[in-house]
Amino acid sequence: MPITLTERAATHVTNFLAKRGKGVGLRLGVRTTGCSGLAYKLEYADALNPEDLTFDSHGVKVVVDPKSLPYIDGTELDFAREGLNEGFKFNNPNVKDECGCGESFNV
Amino acid sequence: MALLQISEPGESTAPHQHRLAVGIDLGTTNSLVATVRNGVAGVLNDEQGHPLLPSIVRYGADGSVETGYEAERERSHDPKNTIVSVKRFMGRGLRDIAYIENSPYDFVDTPGMVQIRTAAGVKSPVEVSAELLRVMRVRAEKSLGGELVGAVVTVPAYFDDAQRQATKDAASIAGLNVMRLLNEPTAAAIAYGLDNASEGVYAVYDLGGGTFDFSILRLSTGVFEVLATSGDAALGGDDFDHRLFCWVLEQEKLPPLSVSDTSLLLAKARQVKEYLTNHSEVRFNAKLSTGTVVDVPVSQSDFWEMTRHLVVKTLVPTRKALRDAGLLFSDVKGVVMVGGATRMPHVQRAVEGCFGQPPLNNLDPDKVVALGAAMQANALAGNKSVDEDWLLLDVIPLSLGLETMGGLVERVIHRNSTIPVSKAQEFTTFKDGQTAMSIHVVQGERELVSDCRSLARFELRGIPPMVAGAARIRVTFQVDADGLLAVSAKETTSGAEASVAVKPSYGLSDERITNMLKDSFEHAGDDLRIRALREQQVEAERMLESVGAALGQDEALLEAAELAAIRTALNGLKTLSRQSDHRAIKHAIDELNRLTEPFAARRMDRSVQQALTGKSLASL
Repeated sequence: MPITLTERAATHVTNFLAKRGKGVGLRLGVRTTGCSGLAYKLEYADALNPEDLTFDSHGVKVVVDPKSLPYIDGTELDFAREGLNEGFKFNNPNVKDECGCGESFNV
Repeated sequence: MALLQISEPGESTAPHQHRLAVGIDLGTTNSLVATVRNGVAGVLNDEQGHPLLPSIVRYGADGSVETGYEAERERSHDPKNTIVSVKRFMGRGLRDIAYIENSPYDFVDTPGMVQIRTAAGVKSPVEVSAELLRVMRVRAEKSLGGELVGAVVTVPAYFDDAQRQATKDAASIAGLNVMRLLNEPTAAAIAYGLDNASEGVYAVYDLGGGTFDFSILRLSTGVFEVLATSGDAALGGDDFDHRLFCWVLEQEKLPPLSVSDTSLLLAKARQVKEYLTNHSEVRFNAKLSTGTVVDVPVSQSDFWEMTRHLVVKTLVPTRKALRDAGLLFSDVKGVVMVGGATRMPHVQRAVEGCFGQPPLNNLDPDKVVALGAAMQANALAGNKSVDEDWLLLDVIPLSLGLETMGGLVERVIHRNSTIPVSKAQEFTTFKDGQTAMSIHVVQGERELVSDCRSLARFELRGIPPMVAGAARIRVTFQVDADGLLAVSAKETTSGAEASVAVKPSYGLSDERITNMLKDSFEHAGDDLRIRALREQQVEAERMLESVGAALGQDEALLEAAELAAIRTALNGLKTLSRQSDHRAIKHAIDELNRLTEPFAARRMDRSVQQALTGKSLASL
């Protein structure tokens, strides 16, 4: 299953990359930390590692390391506004439960 | 579910570990808050999408507080309780405020800082500013979804200790942790320097609502150094509004206006000014409370002509700062435009004419300071990777020193030294057996204490009694990154120590800084002569005292003729030292020195004899 961005998320990522002036794409991943076991990683990708998997979504190169993929396989990254706050949201079909804030999760 | 931001590679924060930090531009006319999100600095808008918060606070009789656009709407109906441009009053006494007769407020002249009587009670400028900062904090917390670890708040480069302290106090009242006070032009340079990665000498021309600041900065390999600053604390976009307002009064031959009509016309003047930036003509129309209808056509060239003297006024400090930095207009690689007033085409053109190049204006001049502050806040909060680390250097606007004998100033830290800075200098006692020393910290460029500003006084006690000049007193001046001064003194043999943190309750006005600088140039010649005279007078006094003491003890060693000659020389020196010819005093001191040389030699011989008499060679 590919990792995808919504069109809205892709537009924002493209803008941020352009303003930042460097970077080949967006890296998604997980780390084993956080109150529910796993935490999302969302970073700019400046370089690709040989083992990285890449997906293309609305013109944005999405980079995932193979160890993270099982946890976020099929995830759709969205960009949302909640009041004045705005940012990215993982719609991850693998999640069984997550902590109240949604910053860490369990599969 | 939390909304995530994109981090730099390898910098993802652990859950709940976001270090949210903002930069706040607390402006005279408008305030802004910005942050770095997804690696990009951006200004945070309010619910209606406005990036700016007009720096206006209105106090209601029921204790309610309105800020920003809400307060602005009521300004013309309730001018006495609607505080605009409060930044002009920060850390200032009543006498320091320019155009006070045009302010509609009911000022209370309290010691330290002026206060304003409103429907909700007497408010200090610090409290009014805190209301604005609180709005900024709440907006930031709503936008970032969490509590802030800290904020960088910007201040004009010319703000003195009292004004900086007042700003810091306002931020604390608003519940902000101030990580750093940052000079506005430096913040602008950060925004431009980092975004455009330019190196070289740059000028920052900041014409805000109420203040004009001009700074020369050197950017090299990520280091920002402020070479010189100057400005005019009572010149800004508000003055252009005011000039247009006066022009309309003259054109329409209006009688003196009520407070609310004045506010109405000033607000209208601002709109007309802004409109004329992109249009060649507009009608100035308003209906006064008296029923009079004002309707005057204003063309762009009319407006430029009536405000040309204000533009010219900005070029005086500009030249001065360049002279201070030892630079020519042609050495400046680029001029950064800051402040909404720099949008006016005739201002842009004047700057371009001066520097022979079009100014840099690709960032929004209203936002550039807040953006730079946000970048600095982001770095201070630890959200920046190590290899992108950069250092920030600022300067102190006036020299700091202390009083020495004769009312002279010994400068310890020189003007335009980069901060943070720490400098130590050794001083000694003037009289035999002196056990205490009064340390008087002063600020300014003049040679005499009476012409400088007194910052603090403290005493160092517990110096062991010694002959004059034997004690070693180390005085250390330390200016921290916020520009606040601490002075300590230590007698090195006994370890006796005393210190003072300089927190003046009442600051030096920017006009006074400018005047003090101007004076120091105009009086350079006088000061030199006065310094030479005082030095000789102090030397003469020292000489009279020591010769007098020696005569008291060992007059017997002298023959009558010698004694008479010395006494004549002493009296001559005493008379001369009260007059103002430093060369004559110097001559008399040399003469007395020559006359007393044999006397000193004999005293020396005798004390050696006394020490040796009755002792065998072996016991020595």
